[in-house]
Amino acid sequence: MYTQALDIPPGEQPKRTPDAVENAAYQAEFDARIDAGATIEAKDWMPEAYRKTLVRQISQHAHSEIVGMLPEGNWISRAPSLKRKAILLAKVQDEGGHGLYLYAAAETLGVSRDDLTEALLSGKAKYSSIFNYPTLNWADVGVIGWLVDGAAIMNQIPLCKCSYGPYARAMVRVCKEESFHQRQGYDALLAMMGGTDEQRELVQDAVNRWWWPSLMMFGPHDADSPNSGQSMRWGIKRISNDDLRQKFVDATVKQAEVLGVTLPDPELKWNEARGHYDFAAIDWDEFWNVVNGHGQCNVDRLAARVKAWEDGAWVREAAVAHADKQAAREKAAA
Amino acid sequence: MGAPAMTQTTPAHLEYVLRLGDAALIHGQRLSEWCGHAPVLEEDLALANMALDFVGQARMLLSHAGVLEGKGRDEDTLAFLRHEGQYRNPTLCEMPNTDFAHTMIKGFLLGSFNLLMWSRLCGSSDEALAAIAAKSLKEARYHVEHTGDWVIRLGDGTEESHRRAQAALDMLWPYTNELFAANPTDDAAAAAGVGPAWSDLAEDWEKAVLAVLKHATLTVPARTPFQSYGKFGRHSEHLGHLLAVMQHLPRSFPGATW
Repeated sequence: MYTQALDIPPGEQPKRTPDAVENAAYQAEFDARIDAGATIEAKDWMPEAYRKTLVRQISQHAHSEIVGMLPEGNWISRAPSLKRKAILLAKVQDEGGHGLYLYAAAETLGVSRDDLTEALLSGKAKYSSIFNYPTLNWADVGVIGWLVDGAAIMNQIPLCKCSYGPYARAMVRVCKEESFHQRQGYDALLAMMGGTDEQRELVQDAVNRWWWPSLMMFGPHDADSPNSGQSMRWGIKRISNDDLRQKFVDATVKQAEVLGVTLPDPELKWNEARGHYDFAAIDWDEFWNVVNGHGQCNVDRLAARVKAWEDGAWVREAAVAHADKQAAREKAAA
Repeated sequence: MGAPAMTQTTPAHLEYVLRLGDAALIHGQRLSEWCGHAPVLEEDLALANMALDFVGQARMLLSHAGVLEGKGRDEDTLAFLRHEGQYRNPTLCEMPNTDFAHTMIKGFLLGSFNLLMWSRLCGSSDEALAAIAAKSLKEARYHVEHTGDWVIRLGDGTEESHRRAQAALDMLWPYTNELFAANPTDDAAAAAGVGPAWSDLAEDWEKAVLAVLKHATLTVPARTPFQSYGKFGRHSEHLGHLLAVMQHLPRSFPGATW
């Protein structure tokens, strides 16, 4: 589904490696290509810090897709109609697909999917903290599509033009599917708002719970985002956290009006002078608490991934054992 | 898919279509439980894909059943608002996932049956059913290939995977008796050209299934007198729990549309 602005802690400042120093000519060529807006491909020379930053960002994005299957997957078995069940299944499957090709994009940088998975399961790697919130009623599925995927799209559209080719190309496909998911989410909410009072209450309850976490998805304020500057210079990041967040708020207010829900922010109002909506201060304590492992579902989400991986170990071993036996049999027969 | 041109739907015809629709619905529901929890990411995608196929088949078949019945019940009314004893899926469909071996063995046993069934139903006198069969046949080919490959991998893989696959086969095999149990509904449907009596598929099914099980080095359990009766509306204890989850929202919010 998405990565939040993943330049969050601890700020690992990019370093010039000895390799880069020795290869000043390569570095100059790399810088020139970045400045010219050209893409860097897997076979191209790149500074080690650039590679590491990308591995971290792409793998965190992939992990987010995989963990992101869980909160919505929580409602597949209870979807209220067969049509909505099919839509939700397809959506969660898409998220798995995004994870798969993002891992593949990360692998072009010389890391293995198994190593990245290990980093996720050991708690070493981060994933988007939005998925550490629980999905408590069916409307959460629609609101995640509308707000969470909506915020993800705002974050991800610029990534389609990021400097690393394999990531940029993966994001083109991800964004197309995310846009579809957002429309489906909004459609599900429209159906509920056109239904009974109880259904409308479910939607408002879900909006109340997901609005602020959605705004947090854009990451800390620009002033508190230490790695953003370097990522922007490298063309990995194109638009700042705060600018993206504002763009999201401006787009979403009207959608909420059409839907007939109230966004839970009494300070939300149009500012004619700025040409934007003003909104209240974000509770960054909550954000950091969830990022640092103290959200309602951090433990559950990771435990579910660990369980799936551990329970599946014998299956993966069987597949390898069978393939080995087959190869041996074919060799013997040759 | 409009109502087929016909004089009057017989109860057997409706019952026959409901069995197919409920089988797809309940099997799809079970498969969907895997989503996000599979042993490897590729399998998450494959299991979700198969679940989607079955939910899609269920939608077409239950919609068609609603038309045949002529009482204004649509796919969702039939899927979500019947009581346990009104479901007509074979018991095998509702058996819990238990582990990956159970899911793959079950998927393979059912998939092999579906492949033969859809192949025959392409020539159904019920044109709507024939159209559903043509689409479902393509899906069933993939299901059999995918689950069959896993049955072989698990049977031939490690000691543990062989043990688990054999345990799953031993557990589920007796439920296949039900698939082929003769009954008046089948006789009437076959006589009207709606579709084959399921018992007619037994020989081809066993031939296809045994070949893969042999390749997988699994031992085919001996047939026992065990009988289950899901397709006649008498289910295992598992279906009630599955329905409690699946029906929760439509039953909690009567009259709501989603």
